Amino acid sequence: MAVFMQSFLSGILIGGVYALIGIGLTLIFGVMRIINFGHGDILMVGMYLTYVLFTWLHIDPFVSVLITFPLMFLFGGFLQKVFINRVLHAVAQNQILLTIGLGLVMSNTAMLIFTSDYKILTTSYSSSTLQVGGGVTVSTPLLISFAITAAVTAALYWFLLKTDTGQAIRATAQDREAAQLMGINVKRMSILAFGLGSALAGTAGALISPTYYIFPQVGGGFTLKAFVITVLGGMGSVVGATLGGILIGITESLSAVYISSGWKDVVVFVLFLLVLLFRPSGLMGKSRT
Amino acid sequence: MLRVEKLNFAYGDLKVLWDVDLEVNEGEIVTVVGANGAGKSTTLKNISGLVKPASGSLSFQGRDLTRMQPHQVVEAGLVQVPEGRRIFPEMTVMENLRMGSYVKATRADRQKNIDWVFELFPRLRERERQLGGTMSGGEQQMLAIARGLMANPKVLLLDEPSLGLSPLLVKNIFDIIIGINRQGVTILLVEQNVYQSLRVSHRAYVMETGRVVLTGKGDELLNNDHVKKAFLGM
Ligand SMILES: Nc1ncnc2c1ncn2[C@@H]1O[C@H](COP(=O)(O)OP(=O)(O)OP(=O)(O)O)[C@@H](O)[C@H]1O
Ligand SMILES: [Mg+2]
Repeated sequence: MAVFMQSFLSGILIGGVYALIGIGLTLIFGVMRIINFGHGDILMVGMYLTYVLFTWLHIDPFVSVLITFPLMFLFGGFLQKVFINRVLHAVAQNQILLTIGLGLVMSNTAMLIFTSDYKILTTSYSSSTLQVGGGVTVSTPLLISFAITAAVTAALYWFLLKTDTGQAIRATAQDREAAQLMGINVKRMSILAFGLGSALAGTAGALISPTYYIFPQVGGGFTLKAFVITVLGGMGSVVGATLGGILIGITESLSAVYISSGWKDVVVFVLFLLVLLFRPSGLMGKSRT
Repeated sequence: MLRVEKLNFAYGDLKVLWDVDLEVNEGEIVTVVGANGAGKSTTLKNISGLVKPASGSLSFQGRDLTRMQPHQVVEAGLVQVPEGRRIFPEMTVMENLRMGSYVKATRADRQKNIDWVFELFPRLRERERQLGGTMSGGEQQMLAIARGLMANPKVLLLDEPSLGLSPLLVKNIFDIIIGINRQGVTILLVEQNVYQSLRVSHRAYVMETGRVVLTGKGDELLNNDHVKKAFLGM
């Protein structure tokens, strides 16, 4: 039982970070109907940013979120403004190619600067654990990262639900033309959405950097994961991505313990296919035309 | 106040507007009637800046509309309630109304305007928290008009507000349009309900296959032989 609780709990904790990644992707998709295949690479940029801040300026990775979030927001907004806004009316293949291309540029730039060596960011608490009772322990960095994730997610929900700008982002996602007739500058909303999505991915990168290897190609796996979470939750649904992220965290964690860690990705995809079989539009998705 | 001159427009290779001339003066209710596909909605889309004309000029209070982005047109006071309601389905009635006063200059009047539209459409007050997408067609139409009013329009462009409404509600909507107009809002109305709309409007235009073919006072057109034959089945 303790083993189950243990892996269930760490599943939730890592799932929180997955949710952050998925929310970013789904937000971008909701507003622009573009799947950002460079999403994981943006997360990678966030990881290296955290690495640089840590090794050069000795800023703690969790504290560095305060810098990573706004910087990655600006970076994403810049990508949107300079590149993505130009292909909004292009055919889907071209949009996909552009986001893949941007991702490649990011990972190759990282390779040029940092080489393809694996970097490890070792903090005093990287491998420390905390007793939570009943023989269950959790990793301290995972716990802190989950707390930050929860705070960021709560702030994001508040922003999207309660502020005029947040509501305008949702309105743009629901009906772009009607949003324009409300006086909403939809190009600006796209920049905001891509900026936010990138900030969330970058923050996730910062949060996992004490526990993951950092290397230029680390993004690919996360793009795939974010895509699975987004589809699982229902394309464009922020609530769906939140649930989807946690669900995948738990599934991975349990299957690593009860089946084998080599099989956890397979189990996740089986779950993914099963959900799509019974709910083709995802957990919280509406069927779209 | 609003002037459309020699407006030409094409969707790709398909030309749908030929030299459309149209004028709306302050305080008027002006109606555009015409059969399906005549180009009425396309004309409104050009005015709102959702599409850009091939040629011709569009001006509002002396300002060139063709140079403006759609959101700037709204900021200037030209507000469109589009065909098919187009309310935000996953937002509540209240959130939809709040989006109506998204433009910064109108936010100060938000509460006042909410009170006003709730008075016009008491049904909306009862359904404040309901999701837009779950409302009935008629309720959605009320919400769409109310949302348009939230933006303090100088000119309200209404694209077929009576579409799909019961006769009683149609009458209700036309009464409300007259009421809004009396409160100082200029109205450009696009309608298939030719009898009702010509009755309430000061002036009207008849469009056929992308051209304006007739124009005159509302009651004149009601008695016009061509209008009678083409639209009123007389
Ligand atoms: N997005 C579009 N792409 C291509 N053609 C279009 C598009 N929208 C409208 N059209 C065409 O332009 C013409 C004018 O359409 P418009 O919607 O302006 O007509 P309307 O007068 O509003 O008709 P209705 O009374 O049916 O609403 C029609 O022939 C229509 O098929
Ligand atoms: Mg129309």
